[in-house]
Amino acid sequence: MTRQGGTATGEQRARVRAFGLRTRLLFAFLLVAAVSAGTTAALTYREARNALLETAQDTAVTSFRDHVQQTGFALPVLPGDDLDELLRNIARKGKPHPWVVFAEYGSVRASSGENPVSTVITPELRRAAHANPHGSFERVVKDGVPYLTIAMPMVFKASPDSVLPSGLVLYAVMRMTDEQVNVDALLMAGRDGALPGLAVSLIPGLIAARSVLRPVRKLREAALNMGSGRLDTRIPVRGSDELADLAHTFNESAGQLERSVRELREAEERARRFASDVSHELRTPLAGMLAVTEVLDEDADGLDADTARAVRLVSAETGKLAVLVEDLMEISRFDARAAGLNADEVDVAEAIRKTLDNRHWTDDRIRTELPDGIRARLDPRRFDVVIANLVGNALRHGGAPVTVRLRTEARSPGPPVLITDVVDSGPGIRPEALPHIFDRFYKADAARTRSAGSGLGLAITLENVKLHGGTIHAGNRRGGGAVFAVEIPLHAEGEGAGG
Amino acid sequence: MPRVLLIEDDPSVREGVELGLRRRGHEVRAAATGEAGLAAMTEFRPDLLLLDLMLPGMNGVQVCRQVREQSQLPIIMLTARGDDFDVVIGLEAGADDYIVKPARPEVIEARIRAVLRRLDDSGPGRPAIVVYGELTVDRVGLTVTKAGRPLALAPSELKLLLHLSAAPEQVFSRQQLLEHVWGHSFHADARLVDACVARLRGKIEDEVGSPRYVQTLRGFGYRFGPL
Repeated sequence: MTRQGGTATGEQRARVRAFGLRTRLLFAFLLVAAVSAGTTAALTYREARNALLETAQDTAVTSFRDHVQQTGFALPVLPGDDLDELLRNIARKGKPHPWVVFAEYGSVRASSGENPVSTVITPELRRAAHANPHGSFERVVKDGVPYLTIAMPMVFKASPDSVLPSGLVLYAVMRMTDEQVNVDALLMAGRDGALPGLAVSLIPGLIAARSVLRPVRKLREAALNMGSGRLDTRIPVRGSDELADLAHTFNESAGQLERSVRELREAEERARRFASDVSHELRTPLAGMLAVTEVLDEDADGLDADTARAVRLVSAETGKLAVLVEDLMEISRFDARAAGLNADEVDVAEAIRKTLDNRHWTDDRIRTELPDGIRARLDPRRFDVVIANLVGNALRHGGAPVTVRLRTEARSPGPPVLITDVVDSGPGIRPEALPHIFDRFYKADAARTRSAGSGLGLAITLENVKLHGGTIHAGNRRGGGAVFAVEIPLHAEGEGAGG
Repeated sequence: MPRVLLIEDDPSVREGVELGLRRRGHEVRAAATGEAGLAAMTEFRPDLLLLDLMLPGMNGVQVCRQVREQSQLPIIMLTARGDDFDVVIGLEAGADDYIVKPARPEVIEARIRAVLRRLDDSGPGRPAIVVYGELTVDRVGLTVTKAGRPLALAPSELKLLLHLSAAPEQVFSRQQLLEHVWGHSFHADARLVDACVARLRGKIEDEVGSPRYVQTLRGFGYRFGPL
């Protein structure tokens, strides 16, 4: 059972490990490093990119404006070779990169390139060009290529501070690939700088995780040791941080636990030894008394009535006392774990029949369902005590007829079990008594001051069943009547007869 | 009626058991110490020794060994403990059976009768003297010799050997042997059988480690042979 549990907890542990302390610490370190590197890189990139692009833009816009203003256009503008020549002139002076110049005047379209109309210029720029006499520009990315487009309207100076649009607008389209390359290079630099940074940040992360994890692992081992009963486990305290405090606290608690457990054990040991000593001491006088009870019983008839009653009472009580002491001894042996199992392979039905025969429970008060051929490894003496006690109880406190039923049942996981049911026909066990029915000296019937037994019968039965690695359950049938079910694992192999 | 020598140091037990057995017709001689008991042996000539294990001075186990050195007198131990250790030591010392105190006189007497009972296995047509390997068993004279030398077997050992060899190669469970050889009707201690088998092997086997005559069948019990 524990082994199966072990695999389960192992898987669980592996699952927990995936999000364990080490992983979380590393994640935290990586996150911090990533955030700081990322932020730095992003800010640097943005600033550098803007500086690059703005420089290029300003140069381009200024030079275009100058060239446009220095060029004389005859209005109205007519399409033709003159206009194309003018545009080509301006185009040759493109700065910082070559540009293509377009002219739009009413329905007239001209350009320094092959196409009279640019595909890059957006309607927004056209609108802005007519609105803003000082010219406007726009960055456009088309088919993955970045362009700077500049619109420059031709204006008349109507007065020193007012201008009139002439209707002619010149456009310049400039490829910005070099800037893009530079910007990409910036991005690469940022990334290439951040990744080693992240990798390097793993090292302090690992070191920090290890410094936390090692004490934690030590603590875990120590706790496991404590759990497995080694209460003298202590952790070496190093340094003076919180983990050292934890270790210190653990050690103190462990010390207190050890002390109280030792005291408890000593007290228990004393109580056990006392019970054992008392029952041993009682045996010798009882042996003398029990040896003469027969004499008392036989001669009581010849005595006067009072003396005879007294003599019979002494004799009867001596017998009960002997049983009680015997049971006390047995319980003491269980408590001291001195009770051994002398297992033998027996025919179970045969063993139960023998138990019933030996106690003369052979009349119609007892019904049996004992299939032959079931063999199990049992301690015959202890099994006899178990069956005799259950049947005796059923007859005494329950009611005839009592049924003893034997069967086997497959159990998965684990070996098949041997089940012995003892069912009586009495009123059953009161529900409030059920949890205590196996307690020592527990009286299920408050009115019954003293049973015929010692009050230890069921407690001994339970111990005997446990010694076989089995379990016992008490319950009630639906139709009334108590049911005691003993389950003992069927062991196929084991130690045979001694020698 | 058998003559019983009782060695018991506690006066009340001594007196009680003596009284109980005498009422049942036994002739009882009681001694308070092992030494006194051994001294009374030759003069009283008991049929059986009831021996308390816990004795002052010379303890029951020593008395048991000393008696076994000289005679095959049936010995029943009275043990105030019933604890495994005592019982095993007493059985190894050569006791034939044991009774846990306190015990009623009828129980004590039943044990005495069982120990003294002769195994009645002289069936018709069965030869009195049978030879098994080096062992010669006289089932009528109740003697066993090994390679011509007579063996000193305690009553329980002899009965166990006779019972096992009466049906060679048949397996007997420890429970069956307890019933047939010791007359225990209740489930008694199977270690009684194991201890007796160990003592018997020590006397009849060449190598106790690999027994030839009394063989163990794990999980089932014991059998005689096959040789």
